[in-house]
This record gives sequence, structure tokens and C-alpha cells, in this order.
Amino acid sequence: MNPAPLLECKDIAFERDDLPLFSGVSLQLLPGQAIQVKGANGVGKTTLLRILSTSLQASAGVVLWKGEPLSRRLSEFRADSLYIGHASGVKLALSPAQNLHWFFQVFPGNGVTIPDALRRVGLEGFEDVPCNTLSAGQLRRVALARLYASAATLWILDEPLTSIDVDGIGVMAQLMSNHLAAGNGILMTSHQPLPLDNLHFLELERYVH
Amino acid sequence: MASFYQWFHRLGAPKSFYFLTGKWLPWLALATGVLLVAGTVWGLGFAPQDAKQGNSYRIIFIHVPAAFLSLAGYYVMAVAGAIGLIWRMKLSFMVMKAAAPLGAALTFVSLFTGALWGKPTWGTYWVWDARITSMLVLFFLYLGVLALQYAYRSGDAANKASAVLALVGTVNIPIIYKSVDWWYTLHQPATLKLTGASTIHPEMLYPLLVMIAAFYCFYALALILATRAEILHRERRTAWVAELDGG
Amino acid sequence: MSTEGDASLGSGPFSAIFVRDLRVALRHRGELANPLVFFLMVATLVPLGISPESSVLTLLAPGMIWVMALLASLLSTESLFLSDFRDGSLEQLVISPQPLWLLVLAKVLAHWLVTGLPLTLFAPLLGVMLALPAEGFVTLIASLAMGTAALSMIGSVGAALTVAIPRGGLLLSLIVMPLYMPVLIFGATAVQQAVDGFSASGTLAILGALFAFSCMVTPFAAAGALRISLHG
Repeated sequence: MNPAPLLECKDIAFERDDLPLFSGVSLQLLPGQAIQVKGANGVGKTTLLRILSTSLQASAGVVLWKGEPLSRRLSEFRADSLYIGHASGVKLALSPAQNLHWFFQVFPGNGVTIPDALRRVGLEGFEDVPCNTLSAGQLRRVALARLYASAATLWILDEPLTSIDVDGIGVMAQLMSNHLAAGNGILMTSHQPLPLDNLHFLELERYVH
Repeated sequence: MASFYQWFHRLGAPKSFYFLTGKWLPWLALATGVLLVAGTVWGLGFAPQDAKQGNSYRIIFIHVPAAFLSLAGYYVMAVAGAIGLIWRMKLSFMVMKAAAPLGAALTFVSLFTGALWGKPTWGTYWVWDARITSMLVLFFLYLGVLALQYAYRSGDAANKASAVLALVGTVNIPIIYKSVDWWYTLHQPATLKLTGASTIHPEMLYPLLVMIAAFYCFYALALILATRAEILHRERRTAWVAELDGG
Repeated sequence: MSTEGDASLGSGPFSAIFVRDLRVALRHRGELANPLVFFLMVATLVPLGISPESSVLTLLAPGMIWVMALLASLLSTESLFLSDFRDGSLEQLVISPQPLWLLVLAKVLAHWLVTGLPLTLFAPLLGVMLALPAEGFVTLIASLAMGTAALSMIGSVGAALTVAIPRGGLLLSLIVMPLYMPVLIFGATAVQQAVDGFSASGTLAILGALFAFSCMVTPFAAAGALRISLHG
């Protein structure tokens, strides 16, 4: 019995100023699966992730979310996905709690409280401290805290483990496994290896010109 | 209806635009040349002298058509941008890109010839009246679109951004014109008044109309030539361009 | 929905972004004063550069105060989207399920509260320094209140178009100035009319109409421009 894919891409191409970056990219993300996009620096991993998070538009190809074209289900998809990029989207002038607050007024949450989410990433005691006093690792944890409180089915993560120490990686792996076990999906890039079951790979180099 | 749609779509492919316009171009160039020569000779040589201004008024044969085209050209640029944004037609963006410096140059010509006209007529090169001020603001709108075009790293994003700016400018042009007009009537010095086009003598009007037609043809010619150049540049790696070059 | 702590302030996407931006602005309190100091200093340039005589200043005051308010407003527009762009939160807003124009509106409102409104409240001080006749003060405040709001809205489109361009501040000024001119014309004229003893209500009504029109059009233009900027 084949479960219907959560996310499906058919022949995604991207070009900038008539110079093609990649083309013919196809993938299927089934519920409970994680796909890691691999490739050398500059090959277009971030671009692909940004296309799938809808901040960029592909030059060609179709993206299907739960069987329907993305263009027709745009706000549902946006409510059902979470993107964490290189720039974490954390405002340095605010505290972690304030940052999570505005984020979850704009994106749907799953009922986990903000103090709880911050505790799970090890930021207990730092909830109300201005983020510009935090270290790079702590800032990344503020962004990752969203994963605990988000209602999103699809996580799109670009190098989520940057600045995270070994213990943190273990916690993240556990979090991701739980997410996948619930039938959700993860699309990511990572230089560090991740101990996940049901992890598939997409070699982007194959689609590059 | 379907055939018009097909024709429009075919025209929208850069390659077919290039070859289609290639056929019309010589005729357009001929028409432009004939009209320009006829209008210039008529206006400069044969139209009667003005009662008050003597021969210096003759600069209107360049000033007025340039002013018309600079305003019309802005709308051409904005509409081309809108088509590019809505239908994602690359050719439309190429036309928009070509229309920007062309329109800016025409606006400058209009301002410059206006200044040349002003000296013998009012004794000063520059006067802040409603029409000149509106034309100056139009020049600024053009400069903004040009500056935005060149500031973007990516050509595609530059086109979309310029299109958005051109459209915002389009909405503003009537507002700017009306507000400058109103501002000028509040501050109008008693002595200065531009020659109204409505009181122009027919023997001066006809050469002026010829020149306006000539400038429209010139604009179309220059726009098409610039667009063709842009097409060749954008498609320089394709087979059909290589063939044109002789392989 | 995770809403705890000081979350009583700002529920719903519009309020949340509005409160967020106010908090961020107030965190950099020192920077808030910059446009006001600029405003004050430029006012000093007028008597130094032109003439300190009251008669001359009175003649120039309505227009000069308006020009300086416009320039001060222009200076502060660049910061509207810049920090969000740099820290990645702009991208989050663009890919959120919320209508982008609504979030833009929230940002512009917060921005006006910390830039345009202080300029408006500060303007009577400049009126005193530049010998503005007493009849002009109320109209000055009314025209600047609506005018700076319109300038913020118009400026947001320029800010959105130039946010991804390095050192885009000067470019922003270039593209936004022609669009500012009608607001300037009606704002300055309203104050002049009040000073001359005429009723400025018609002119203020037009200014209000310009503001209303900009509210209807600019959030959508700015939202489109933000998507383009993130693309390029």
C-alpha cells in the first residue's frame, strides 16, 4: 500500500538571468520521511529549499502539496510548513519569548507554550533576555524552539545544526524522529550527519548544468 | 479571437518578434525619415513668423512633439511592465527596458528645448511654471526607474521592480500634474503665459502635426531597434542568433 | 496556540507585528531621536543660510518646515524593512499564511508612530524658531499628521523596492521624491493659507484624500515589491 506523498516535485528548474542553475529536479516526500539535499557549496541547495518554502518561484516545474498544485493551496501550505534558513529570523532587539510570541501569532502553533518550548531547547532562564546578548548557538536554539511549538507538517531546514553542540544534535535528532514518527515530513540540508531513520538523499549535483 | 490570441503569443516570443519586425522595419524607417524631413523643412522654412515671437517660436516643432512622446513613452514603459508582470512575458520586459532611456532622453530634449525657447521669449532659461515643473517631475520618475534597473544584481528582479515602480509612477502622474497645476495657479506671476496650443494658427499647426507624427514614428523605430538589440543580447547563445551571425 | 508571558499585548497577526516593531524601535531609543535632531538642525540652517530677519523667515516658514519634515521622514524610511531583511524575519513574513499587505500596514503604522508622529509634535517648536505666525500652528500640526502618514505609506513602496540593494538609501530617496511632491504641495499650501487668513479645510481635505488613497494602494505595491526584493 503506497501512502500518498506529502510533497511532490516534478521537473523543477531554476534559472537566474537566463543562466540555468538546475533543472529536472524531481522528488517525492512521503509521510514519515526525511529527505536530505546533498551537494557541494553553491550548487543550489538553499535555492531549492527556498523554492519549496515559497519565497522563490521556480522557472519551470510543478510542486504538489498533498496531491494538489501548490499554487492553488498556497495559504494552506504556508500554514502547514515551517522554514528555518541560514538567517534564523530572530530579532536581536527582542527576547526569545517575545520572538516566539510574534512568530506564533503569524504561524499556527500546536498548543505547546513558549516557556515550554524554550525549556526543551535548553534556554530556561534566558526567556526574557535580549537576544543580542546570546551566543550564536543560543540564537540558533531560539529559532529551533519553534519546532517544538509549531503545528506544521513539513519542516524545511537549511543547515539547522549550525553552532549546535553534540548534546544539542542528539536532542534535535530525537525531536526530528518524533516528528517523522507522527507521519510528518522533513526536507533539509546539513553538513553534519544526522542519525535518523527513513532518511533519503537527493543529490542535487545530478541536476546541475 | 483565437487567432488574435495566437498572433499575440507568437509575437511574444523574442525570435518571432525579431523576424516580424525585421520585415516592417525598412518601411517604418522610411516613413520616419520622410515625415521628419518634411516636418522640419516645412516648420523651419515655410511656416509663417509668429506675430510676437518672430522666428524663435519655431523650436516648438521639436519641443512639443518631444513633450508628447515623453509622456506617452512613460505609459508605454508602464504598460509593457504590467504585461511583463501579469503574463510573465520576457519580451514585454525588454520593451520596457528599451523605453526607459528613450523616454528619459525625450523628456530631457523637451526640457532643454523649452529652456532654449524661454530665453528669447521671457528673458530667462528657466521658469517654474506648471508645465515645465510637471515635465521635470516626469524626468525624475524616469530617472528613478533607470536607477532602480541598474541597481539590481539580477536582471529578472530588476525588470519586475522597475515595472512596479513604473506602475506606481503612472498612478501618480495625474496626481502630480493636477497638484502642480493647482500650485502654479496659486502663485502665478501676472506677466508670464505660455503660448496656448489652442490659439495656434493653422499654418503653424499643420507642420506641428507632421512633426508629432514623425516623432511617434521615430519613437516606434527607436524602441523596436533597441528591443531587437536586447533580444540579440539575451538570446546570444541560441542557434538562430548564431545563424544570423553567419554560423 | 502558544501564548504566554507578556503575550497579552498583541494577539492576531496585525497587532503582533505592530507591537513587535514598536518594541524593536523602543529598544533602540537613541536612534529614534535622530530624525528629530536632524529636523532641528536643518531649521538652524535656514536663518544661517538665508536670513535671520523675522520678515523673511515668516515668508519661508510654512514651506521650509514642510520641506524639512519631508527630508527627515525620507531619512528614516530606509530603516522600515532593513533589519527584518538582514535577520531573516522578512522572509518569514513573506512566506507566512497571513496576507502580506496586512503585515506591511502594521509595520508602517508602527514606523509612523515613532517617526512621523514625533516630527508632527515637534514642528510647533520649529514654527516658533522660524517665526511662523500664530494662525498657522494648528494647520501645521494637522497637515503634518496626515502628511507624514501619507509619506510613510508612499515611502514604504520605495523601501520595499530597495531593501535588498546595498547602500540603497540614496536610491530610495531618488525614487520616492517625485511621489512625495503632491503631498508637499498640499501640506505646505494648507499652512500658507492658514497663515494668510484663509480657510485651509479644503486643502486639508485633499491631503486627507491623498493619505486615504495611499493607504489603499501602497500596502499591496509594497507587498509585491518585497516579494521581488527577496527574489533578487
